[in-house]
Amino acid sequence: MKITLRIWRQHDREAAGRMVSYGVDGVSPDMSFLEMLDVLNEQLTAAGDDPVAFDNDCREGICGMCSLVINGIAHGPEGLTASCQLYMRHFSDGDTIDIEPWRSPSFPILKDLIVDRSAFDRIIQAGGYISSPTGAAPDAAAMLVPKKDADRAFDAAICIGCGACVAACPNGSAMLFTGAKATHLGALPQGQIERNSRSLAMVNQHDAEGFGGCTEIGECTAVCPVGIPLDMISRLNGDVLSALRHNTT
Amino acid sequence: MPGACEIARPRMLASWLDRAYGRPMGTGNVVGLRSTAVRSSVALHAAMAVSGLIMVLFLLAHMYGNLKIFEGRQAFDGYSGYLREAGEPLLPRTGALWIVRVVLLISVLVHIYAAFTLWHRSRSATAGKGGWRYETTKNRRGVQRSYASFTMRWGGVVVGLFVIYHLLHLSADYIAPGGASPSPYQRVVNGFSIWWVVLSYMIALIALGFHLRHGVWSAFASLGTNSSVARRRVLNLVATFVALLILVGFLIPPLVIFAGWVR
Repeated sequence: MKITLRIWRQHDREAAGRMVSYGVDGVSPDMSFLEMLDVLNEQLTAAGDDPVAFDNDCREGICGMCSLVINGIAHGPEGLTASCQLYMRHFSDGDTIDIEPWRSPSFPILKDLIVDRSAFDRIIQAGGYISSPTGAAPDAAAMLVPKKDADRAFDAAICIGCGACVAACPNGSAMLFTGAKATHLGALPQGQIERNSRSLAMVNQHDAEGFGGCTEIGECTAVCPVGIPLDMISRLNGDVLSALRHNTT
Repeated sequence: MPGACEIARPRMLASWLDRAYGRPMGTGNVVGLRSTAVRSSVALHAAMAVSGLIMVLFLLAHMYGNLKIFEGRQAFDGYSGYLREAGEPLLPRTGALWIVRVVLLISVLVHIYAAFTLWHRSRSATAGKGGWRYETTKNRRGVQRSYASFTMRWGGVVVGLFVIYHLLHLSADYIAPGGASPSPYQRVVNGFSIWWVVLSYMIALIALGFHLRHGVWSAFASLGTNSSVARRRVLNLVATFVALLILVGFLIPPLVIFAGWVR
């Protein structure tokens, strides 16, 4: 396959960026999207050009590092798929593919397609923990967790923190991420003690980072590579409102 | 490494260190959290949801009252008079009406304040470009968002302007196409005998219908009631039903009058 790429090139945080076109020849349909970018970077390096900087780590869809907006869609056209798990067979010979970084003022671009997502770390640091004695692993049956709650906590905990929800949101909101991080602790008995203060602290940090509010449009859930559902946001909303109503924390 | 220090933005450092490692839970810490969270986008969305739902309840009652036009002039004008006398002698004349007006005015102001504050935050969070912040021209309309959802803000402005026009027309009798009259029944019939009046109301009501389709759903979701996939379906069905009910219910009188069946 022969593919034409239009890629956002930006030298550093301060520099102005622009879209640059590159041709890549000999792309196999079995290549992943990132392998195709590796081929491009080999070409660029051989020609003495600066290779395209992009985030990646596990390349199996679980680490949340890859972060490409492909043809205007975060993580590209395939649902429930991170950029690294997207294969070139979903494109056709001769296609032009536009590749851009996540765009959000809260995720400053460091170089080319790499953005700084430490805003997410700070949201987790604000409340994404439980105060529990540590030590040896507790007895499996010491605290019974209803199956429904365990499933819900797991549905939330699979969030890989990639930031596609922010990239896709017309409001630049990170509420899907924040809702998932608050729910995966708040759905379990061990997470109840700080449930109120956690929801307030995480939402406050979310707003302080400059993310917008959620208008329940659902673009985030359409691009989320692990399928975090929209009700995570509603649950966090409910927790915040409940924490504001009841002064029991 | 000079670049590395810039990555962790220092302005945030103090606040998250405080929260993560600082004061113990259950002390003064939480009070600060609450006073900040009152101004959060979550709280503003809740304020917008509650004020919006109050206005939806009013619209349902208003729509029901409008349909009294089919009972004739006496019933319609009598109903208009009743609204002014309701609650007497406990309340003064027009007392109940003024209570409703004040509640509605507060709801409108809260709704507008929350909407513009959140609009401003969304603009800041997307460098002023919303969903159009990518260079590519592909998939500009996103993956799944509905027409109703991305016309919420400008649709709301259209509805707001319409409310002013509508109050000047049928409540204040200040704009009186077709002729002013002390009889509310006559004002309605005079107005809706003119094609452009009917057309302007139709456009505004369609804008309102879209606004309610997304607004009713998102109001319930913002208040925390979207708890599962099944509940999401129910809430979306309720929103579609309410939007259609209000759209059709309000459209019937103008269209019937314009057709000449009520005169």
